[in-house]
Amino acid sequence: MPHFARLFNLAVWLTQDRASAEDLVQETFMKALKGFSSFRQGTNFRAWIYRILRNSFLTSQSGLKASVSFDSEDDGLPEPSTGETPESVLLTRLDRETIQNALETLPLPFREIILLCDVEEMSYREISQALGVPIGTVMSRLSRARSAMRSLLSSGTKEAAR
Amino acid sequence: MNGDLWRDKLDAYVDESLEQEELAGLEDHLRTCGSCAAEAFARLQLKRNTRAAAVARYAPSPEFRLRIQKTLDTNRNPIWKGMPKLWLATSAVMVTLIVVSVVALVRYTPRQQLVAELLDQHVATIASANPVDVISTDKHTVKPWFQGKLPFTFNLPEVGNSPYKLVGGKLAYLNHNPCAQLLYELRKHEISVFILQDEPGMVLMPSAFSEKGFSLKTWSQAGLRYVVISDANAADVAALSEMLRTAH
Repeated sequence: MPHFARLFNLAVWLTQDRASAEDLVQETFMKALKGFSSFRQGTNFRAWIYRILRNSFLTSQSGLKASVSFDSEDDGLPEPSTGETPESVLLTRLDRETIQNALETLPLPFREIILLCDVEEMSYREISQALGVPIGTVMSRLSRARSAMRSLLSSGTKEAAR
Repeated sequence: MNGDLWRDKLDAYVDESLEQEELAGLEDHLRTCGSCAAEAFARLQLKRNTRAAAVARYAPSPEFRLRIQKTLDTNRNPIWKGMPKLWLATSAVMVTLIVVSVVALVRYTPRQQLVAELLDQHVATIASANPVDVISTDKHTVKPWFQGKLPFTFNLPEVGNSPYKLVGGKLAYLNHNPCAQLLYELRKHEISVFILQDEPGMVLMPSAFSEKGFSLKTWSQAGLRYVVISDANAADVAALSEMLRTAH
């Protein structure tokens, strides 16, 4: 099954719940099977199937409410970090669990774009297709997401140092 | 270009998304600017560490994998049905290539896309363990549930004296726009009714047609587009459609 394990990993990161992720992946594959005609020749298969997963997730979350939480980047945001400090060095030495916790804490649109770019290693163009937004939006959202991630990690580093 | 402007390019640099000319310029700058070089290194390390921490954190259980395979195997789509043994034997990459090749042979039209999306939504709803979000046979319970969730409202018919039974409803998405999906039962058949905002650019469909064995009926009324889908026969779909059309 194409991208099965990767989609499941992404689904758990999005839903934060294994059972919900299983429902989401199952629905995604069924829709992919039935929806071949919606796959445009020349576009990216991975972006296409992730888009199905994402839309299914929106629907499963009763739509409008989830849509807002997916697209509103300012909800519950940590303050972006400004300027570079010796924390940059510490950020390179963070353990896996600290990064996982920070990623889980990020607002959904930021978590999503970091997963697509850094974890799935999608190009900006693929992400643009998957999210249905312009490449410029991908770049600005990614920058803000990384700033938020660094703020979370820096604050965690400070807490740990106390 | 000053250091701040180069710094703005560092994300694209670690994502290997810079144009060749910009890449050469930035690398020249990094050789002479220790601050930017350290920042680039930190970003690259964080990207790598993030990937290492998240890429395979959650693995599907063998039981779930088996369940999905069985679900797909029993799917009626002939393109996939003939391939279960191949799936077990070949890598995901190979399957992807096969799928993409098959898809390349399928003619694509906007109308087919919309119909496919509607059928997907109907089939996925029926297959779901929780097909609707509001469960009620009472239209006075189901209709108000959509208040505040949709930018429009609609009327539902009284079906108490008919063979149709209202099961409930949920919010769905079509073409990335929210819509109401209502589920009715007729004997053992399930019928989906989609109600969405009609738009001038909406792809025109015949008022009644069949697709992959499903009967579909659609009409526009008071700025809304109604689409009724079921594996019941066309007359049964038309009868429910008429009840919806004349609902007060």
